Amino acid sequence: MAMANNNGGARDRAPFPPWILTTLRTIGSIAVTMLGLMFITFIIGRVMPIDPVLAIVGEQASKSTYDAAYQQLGLDRPVLVQFFYYVWDVLHGDFGDSLLNARPVVEDIKRVFPATMELATLGVTMGIVLGVPLGVIAAVKRGSWIDQIARVVALVGYSMPIFWLGLMGLLIFYGILGWVGGPGRVGIFYVDVVPSVTGMILIDSILDRNWEVFKNAFSHIVLPASILGYYSLAYISRMTRSFMLEQMSAEYIVTARVKGMSESAVIWRHAFKNIRVQLITVIALSYANLLEGSVLTEIIFSWPGIGSYITTALLSADMNAVLGGTVVVGLVFVLLNIFSDLLYKVFDPRAK
Amino acid sequence: MTLLDVENLWVKFPSRHGVFDAVRGVSFTLGKERLGIVGESGSGKSLTGRAILKLIRPPGIMTADRISLEGDDLMPKSERDMQAVRGQRISMVMQDPKFSLNPVMTIGEQIMEAYQLHNAVGKKAAFAKAVEMLEAVSIRDAPRVMRAYPHEMSGGMGQRIMIAMMLIPNPQILIADEPTSALDVSVQRQVLDIMDNLVKERGMGLIFISHDLNLVADFCDRVLIMYAGRIVEVCDADKLREAKHPYTQGLLNSLPRLDEPCARLQVLKRDPAWSEAPSVSGRI
Repeated sequence: MAMANNNGGARDRAPFPPWILTTLRTIGSIAVTMLGLMFITFIIGRVMPIDPVLAIVGEQASKSTYDAAYQQLGLDRPVLVQFFYYVWDVLHGDFGDSLLNARPVVEDIKRVFPATMELATLGVTMGIVLGVPLGVIAAVKRGSWIDQIARVVALVGYSMPIFWLGLMGLLIFYGILGWVGGPGRVGIFYVDVVPSVTGMILIDSILDRNWEVFKNAFSHIVLPASILGYYSLAYISRMTRSFMLEQMSAEYIVTARVKGMSESAVIWRHAFKNIRVQLITVIALSYANLLEGSVLTEIIFSWPGIGSYITTALLSADMNAVLGGTVVVGLVFVLLNIFSDLLYKVFDPRAK
Repeated sequence: MTLLDVENLWVKFPSRHGVFDAVRGVSFTLGKERLGIVGESGSGKSLTGRAILKLIRPPGIMTADRISLEGDDLMPKSERDMQAVRGQRISMVMQDPKFSLNPVMTIGEQIMEAYQLHNAVGKKAAFAKAVEMLEAVSIRDAPRVMRAYPHEMSGGMGQRIMIAMMLIPNPQILIADEPTSALDVSVQRQVLDIMDNLVKERGMGLIFISHDLNLVADFCDRVLIMYAGRIVEVCDADKLREAKHPYTQGLLNSLPRLDEPCARLQVLKRDPAWSEAPSVSGRI
């Protein structure tokens, strides 16, 4: 008996504990994904029929000036070598300089990304806080007036172009009613009043205990965030509804009712627990979409975020900025994915 | 002694093509006995079971002149009052533990919840009671099982856990809706014996819903045979093989038997008149 136990113990003893392997595997998959993303974006940047040298030196430059800039950018080396150097630089936190304003791209991203993050986080929070309960109620009271209203709300959210909603919102709540602040992150008098710690003005002003700036920043963010929030509400509430409908027809729901449980406990304690995993995916997706896809909102509200940053960079062929922005957005996607995978393991005992 | 008295129970589902009557005027009583309800799929046997608990969900409608539980009529009771009846006085075990246990809650949580819904006790007492109940259904290493999740259990264990969970508030009536049809034949008997012992020990009434005629004949005291939402025949379980109704005979003859081999099994021929004939009363 003792022998058998010893043998079993020896077989069980792997060279590493399993969590190290899992972590290594995760890091490896991040690395491969990011490298692939960088490679593709890099190649696209290099094969585009734009001349970054010309963008810097201008059309009138002499041949020697042109050549000097050409060499300075490292364009005389083979593309793969260039890529290698690029990755090397990125690993050292250097995305190169913007061709347009000659500032390091990293500095620009540090400025624009928190702006987008602030907007998207507030937007998706509104989407969750309103969308999840709306979806649950619509599923539980299927076919009732509240379900119909939820359907119309979501349908409008899906089908209305965001620039139209944004413009109408500005016209009504800013132009006519004057309830909210206009475009931009804060009023002109409040720009750079609070020290930038996180780059998110709402948080920075709280840290600085400057409530006036907070109020002003809030009045500026509330409209664009509500519009983004409305879009994620449309998606989140519909998905919640269909997840809940599926669970509410499951047998374990009958079991819970047979036990003598109240209907609200059946819904929240039993059914809702089972949709958490699916809901996390939907919310993560929705959040990622807001983080990279809110270009139109950012443009309409003059929001200096990463969406409008990448778009401007693309239109002016500022490839270092485009690459930098893409890598950051890609990283956000990958991290959100890993985060939702981790939450799966917390919420679904079968995933262990 | 009569535990349950059901009089003229109907379950209807309105649809675009008019109202579909799934259960049509069924009456029966249940004492401290094992009452089998048999019939083919769609005969209304499962819905009869759920209607006793008033668990017919809209758009389904149920009506009855009376469903009285020890003289206490359930029909006028509100949903809130029914919650005190469900689990505590009448309980139900369903077909497949794979689906009838909540996959993301531990077994312990689910059993303790069933107990605590009807008994104002703390976690510790509920835990001890749940372990005791798991041991009563022959679960070994109950404290470990309490922490496990349903997917870690086999079918037979799952169904024993269901039985423990449904009996823990000590109800007077257990409705077992095809409790063994999802299980391997090898564990069917074991689960049935455990259920039978507990029901006997506690002096409960058991409604055993099944499509398995042989099983019902062996296991039950009395049998209702349902067809198209009506009871077509009532008989003692040990006399089931001498049943008179052509539907019952047809069902029996369509089963292969080791002791009477035949080249070709009979096909059940349905007579439209069966579904039109008035329901037979299952009252004693």
